Amino acid sequence: MPMPRPSASTTYEKSRTSTRHPLALTIILSTALLALSPAQAANLTDNRRSGYAFMGPPLRAMQDDDMTNPASLWQRDGETLWAEPIGEAGRSCADCHGDAASSMRGVAARYPAFDRTMNRPIDLEQRINHCRTAYQKAGPLAFESHDLLALSTHVARQSRGLPIAIENSKALHPFLAMGRSLFHERQGQLNLSCAQCHDDNAGRSLGGATIPQAHPTGYPLYRLEWQGVGSLQRRLRNCMSGMRAAPYAFGAEAFVDLELYLMWRANGMPMESPAVRP
Amino acid sequence: MAKPLIKVPPTAKKGEIIEIKTLIAHPMETGYRAGLNGATLPRDIIRRFVCSLDGEEIFSADFSPAIAANPFLSFFTRIEKSGSITFQWTGDNGFSVSETVEISVS
Amino acid sequence: MSSPISPPCAVERRRFLRQTAECAAGAAVTLLLAIRPARATPEEMRAAIRQTIGPAAPHDGRVLLDLPPLVENGNAVPLTVTVDSPMTGQDHVVAIHLFNEKNPQPYVASFHLGPRAGRAQVSTRIKLADSQQVIAIAQMSDGSFWQGGAKVIVTIAACVEDVN
Ligand code: HEC
Ligand code: HEC
Repeated sequence: MPMPRPSASTTYEKSRTSTRHPLALTIILSTALLALSPAQAANLTDNRRSGYAFMGPPLRAMQDDDMTNPASLWQRDGETLWAEPIGEAGRSCADCHGDAASSMRGVAARYPAFDRTMNRPIDLEQRINHCRTAYQKAGPLAFESHDLLALSTHVARQSRGLPIAIENSKALHPFLAMGRSLFHERQGQLNLSCAQCHDDNAGRSLGGATIPQAHPTGYPLYRLEWQGVGSLQRRLRNCMSGMRAAPYAFGAEAFVDLELYLMWRANGMPMESPAVRP
Repeated sequence: MAKPLIKVPPTAKKGEIIEIKTLIAHPMETGYRAGLNGATLPRDIIRRFVCSLDGEEIFSADFSPAIAANPFLSFFTRIEKSGSITFQWTGDNGFSVSETVEISVS
Repeated sequence: MSSPISPPCAVERRRFLRQTAECAAGAAVTLLLAIRPARATPEEMRAAIRQTIGPAAPHDGRVLLDLPPLVENGNAVPLTVTVDSPMTGQDHVVAIHLFNEKNPQPYVASFHLGPRAGRAQVSTRIKLADSQQVIAIAQMSDGSFWQGGAKVIVTIAACVEDVN
């Protein structure tokens, strides 16, 4: 059974149909693996907005111009690392992948993606580390290390403007379902779920910040709060601390499932990496 | 760490006023923040920036810890002749970075 | 930005507000930890100005300080200072100095220009610990000083990283 793909056009079609054939919509949604309540479907249909839309003009301008976007500094480093032969194999990313502008175009928009050897989805950072260990015979880079962020920023930059395109593959379904349930599960001392903030209260203000819809369109990104570039997992850890929940470890399977669900939920939205956020 | 990003138009007309933009990686640690163990992180900032054309200063800046991390600057200069524009950042802990960009004036 | 949180169910709503207020309070504590010393005061700002420009009293005008009225995070607030000056050999801006009221230190930066600048305009990004007034003072080639200011509201980020 195909998953409902929340791309703006298809779900818009569905919800328009719904005003005329409410029963048809119910059937479509309830037979889908990841059934969405109509309210959620409507939310995805009508109001999906990137965190960019919640920022004021100065921060948008900072993101839009490579000269003012501080993440450009990380991307530049990534470009340098891309061409450096390393490890026992003495090979560079470029030796195998050539020019990132063509070989990495659209790649970040498809991650997390199913990996046959791991038999589960892996995210972009893990994919890069896989190449380092398996092909370059160099050790993996630590999560959130400067070099890993630099490389992932460089790779993700090649998807800017392209639509997020998580594959509709059966192999991913159980992991998507897991990510979705983590998103809806109440956790932490505050007994809150991600969905309570990001689905039910998006656009409202919380301690001065506007709650965004949690679309991971811009990662890795420069967060003013961090005064540096960070991954999506770092951002999720911040939200978990806010919920007074113990954050998963970097690279934990639960994190990748959550990333996968968030990316799938944003399918069709344009990539902004590297973005700027407050 | 990354090379600074510098934006200078590669060519200009004699007497033209051009905009120069720079972006450099630096933590600009204020000296007022607490670190992981609660101890204050020592100050680590860029203190001075100088831009010169063929050795003659055209713009400079003195920074305090209140300049944001990864400092960005934009300023203007009237360009009269082709030459080398040199950018130099110096600061705490022996920080010193310098870059040169050529501009050709017609 | 300030619409109240109102989930459909009133009980839910109260609980949500209480919980999120705690979360926001946590964020505020984190922020306060990040700013250790007592903040500077407007008097300290005036003292810092005297120290930088001497006893001269700056005139109001000729200096335009462009700052967003509201920023989502004070760690990088973009600003542009533009001074009304012909920028000729006889009449130009020599320097622009920036000050603020409430950071730990009131002095922010100085920019040194000359007639060669052609245009007296500088942009940068600064840190602001709180909502406050920022002042730019231009020092002219005739020895006069001119000033312009702007007020900024700085909101704080929610659910930031735990310090440990
Ligand atoms: C010896 C050759 C080799 C080197 C060196 C190498 N890779 Fe790869 N890379 C591959 C191969 C082969 C694949 C795809 C097959 C697979 O899944 O193993 C791949 C896949 C990828 C993908 C996923 C592409 C997709 O379409 O899903 C990314 C991203 C990637 N590499 C990044 C890097 C980076 C970054 C480096 C340098 C740090 C690097 N690779 C170094 C051979 C290499
Ligand atoms: C108490 C409300 C709250 C909860 C619960 C919460 N978040 Fe957030 N989240 C926020 C706020 C507020 C921001 C924006 C912070 C800022 O900009 O200062 C945010 C930002 C995000 C972003 C970044 C979006 C962007 O534009 O880059 C993602 C992704 C995210 N949250 C995912 C999650 C996930 C996943 C969970 C559950 C594990 C979660 N959040 C739980 C309030 C919450």
